[in-house]
Amino acid sequence: MSSVFTKSTARNIFYGGSVFFFLLFLGLTMDTMGKLPKRDHRENITPQVVLGKKVWEDNNCIGCHTLMGEGAYFAPELGNVYNRFGESKEAIIAFIKSRPAEGIPGRRSMPQFNLSDEELDAMAEFLKWTSEIDDANWPPNIQG
Amino acid sequence: MKYESQSVAKLYFIAAIALFVAQILFGLIMGLQYVIGDFLFPEIPFNVARMVHTNTLIVWLLFGFMGSAYYLVPEEAETELHSEKLAVVLFWVFLGAAAATVAGYLLVSYSTLAEATGNELLPTMGREFLEQPTITKIGIVVVVLGFLFNIGMTILKGRKTTINLVLLLGLVGLAVFFLFSFYNPENLVLDKFFWWWVVHLWVEGVWELILGAILAFVLIKVTGVDREVIEKWLYVIIAMALITGILGTGHHFYFIGAPEYWQTIGSIFSAMEPIPFFMMTLFAFNMVNRRRRDHPNKAAVLWALGTGVMAFLGAGVWGFLHTLAPVNYYTHGTQITAAHGHMAFYGAYVMIVITMISYAMPLIRGRAACNSEKSQVMEMWSFWLMTVSMVFITLFLTGAGILQVWLQRYSDAPQAFMAVQDQISIFYWMREVAGVIFLIGLVLYIMSFFVKGEEVSA
Repeated sequence: MSSVFTKSTARNIFYGGSVFFFLLFLGLTMDTMGKLPKRDHRENITPQVVLGKKVWEDNNCIGCHTLMGEGAYFAPELGNVYNRFGESKEAIIAFIKSRPAEGIPGRRSMPQFNLSDEELDAMAEFLKWTSEIDDANWPPNIQG
Repeated sequence: MKYESQSVAKLYFIAAIALFVAQILFGLIMGLQYVIGDFLFPEIPFNVARMVHTNTLIVWLLFGFMGSAYYLVPEEAETELHSEKLAVVLFWVFLGAAAATVAGYLLVSYSTLAEATGNELLPTMGREFLEQPTITKIGIVVVVLGFLFNIGMTILKGRKTTINLVLLLGLVGLAVFFLFSFYNPENLVLDKFFWWWVVHLWVEGVWELILGAILAFVLIKVTGVDREVIEKWLYVIIAMALITGILGTGHHFYFIGAPEYWQTIGSIFSAMEPIPFFMMTLFAFNMVNRRRRDHPNKAAVLWALGTGVMAFLGAGVWGFLHTLAPVNYYTHGTQITAAHGHMAFYGAYVMIVITMISYAMPLIRGRAACNSEKSQVMEMWSFWLMTVSMVFITLFLTGAGILQVWLQRYSDAPQAFMAVQDQISIFYWMREVAGVIFLIGLVLYIMSFFVKGEEVSA
């Protein structure tokens, strides 16, 4: 690099650029916060949905599944599982309940989590609420 | 080694390498579970193996960064470390917390662990990469604060070089953004949005400052190029890293509920994220070409050059591959992401830590400049085995990802997730084979520490 472009020029670009873009990022974040309520439908976050998210976290579901595309890639996407299961909470509950404790020979299998009926309901409600988030029309199709 | 207290880095480097081994072993378990679904089920389900794989990675990189800082900061500041004792105490606290957490993952079910550690009180668990019990997270904060105090005080009383300041800035950023891991709102969209303030602003933000500072330090040492030149490069690289990387966060906001304008912002800025990594490659090769001395530690030079190249390929090229919103619409959350994640972490952060270990460890162990020729040859073999097998792991996962996108997302008759997984299993098998070769490389790497032979003089 030429001698016109000195170390202090480079340092100023670093500090100036970082501060400028971080402030811009903060501004955009504020704007996003204002727009989110219309997209996440937070008015529908019932105590059941809250419990469902807790069950989701306490059993580390993200360790195998993706949720809106984030998580592990070992098991199906669940952001739209409510739709994939025919908009049926019962189908979701029945699936989770019926996982064999010892797995399926040679195949991937979801563990048996022994959830209570209340937890199962909450999980289904959480997944239903998640499926209604406006996530720019993702995933491309029902298979997730 | 110029200062006695730098030797505290040795503990950190040994722990880092030990956890690296654990990470790879659990990686191989997961790789096998991809093709033999019931392997170790239900004793070690996939999610548990994955937690161990990713969490040990994060923790051993942190050990590596801390060890690097404890070695580098006193030498740059030209003074002894503020408190060697504190560094030793914090080491054992951190190692104890890490070991207890991994034991918790493996010995009890995750929900039991959540209950036993009082996740109820301040729920932070069950989110990707942040699975650690809240009490472990608090432990991490305590250790990092103590560490920052220690190196901060050292810098304060000594010479304030650009490398030290950039490193300190990166480490402070690491600590600050980790605090977002304690924010876990009930609203999933908010949760995800600020989760990225930890994850993205770490690996595509402040960690690049740490990477740049360590690389600059090692390049000064092994090339003898003028400090002014190297520090100017460092500033330009980290300027580009943050200018592109901060708004580049937008590439994670496409499909998690955030407004659509992030698709434009994220695409534009993250498309430029390869620039700082490409500059790192140029930087490393330029400095080595203009070297004023031939440093006898050839292995360290190789790792430094390798970091430049592999970080650019893994973080830069493989990141760009799926970062544009219209592409990401189809690739989001597929094996393409996994492919990128593997080579980016290896190329950028694993390799920079090994670069530092490769340079510093011989000096800490009392050698004049480097290990014996024989030891270095073995280390360089391990470089090629690990690096080439990581390239293949990435290529196989990319192949799997392209097929997955086609069969499950793009074709006229999209197929179910598991039906697609069955059809692409050949790629997972080949990935597993490449993983075994990676492990062989790692074993060779560890063996190279124990190879004797005639010492090379400086």
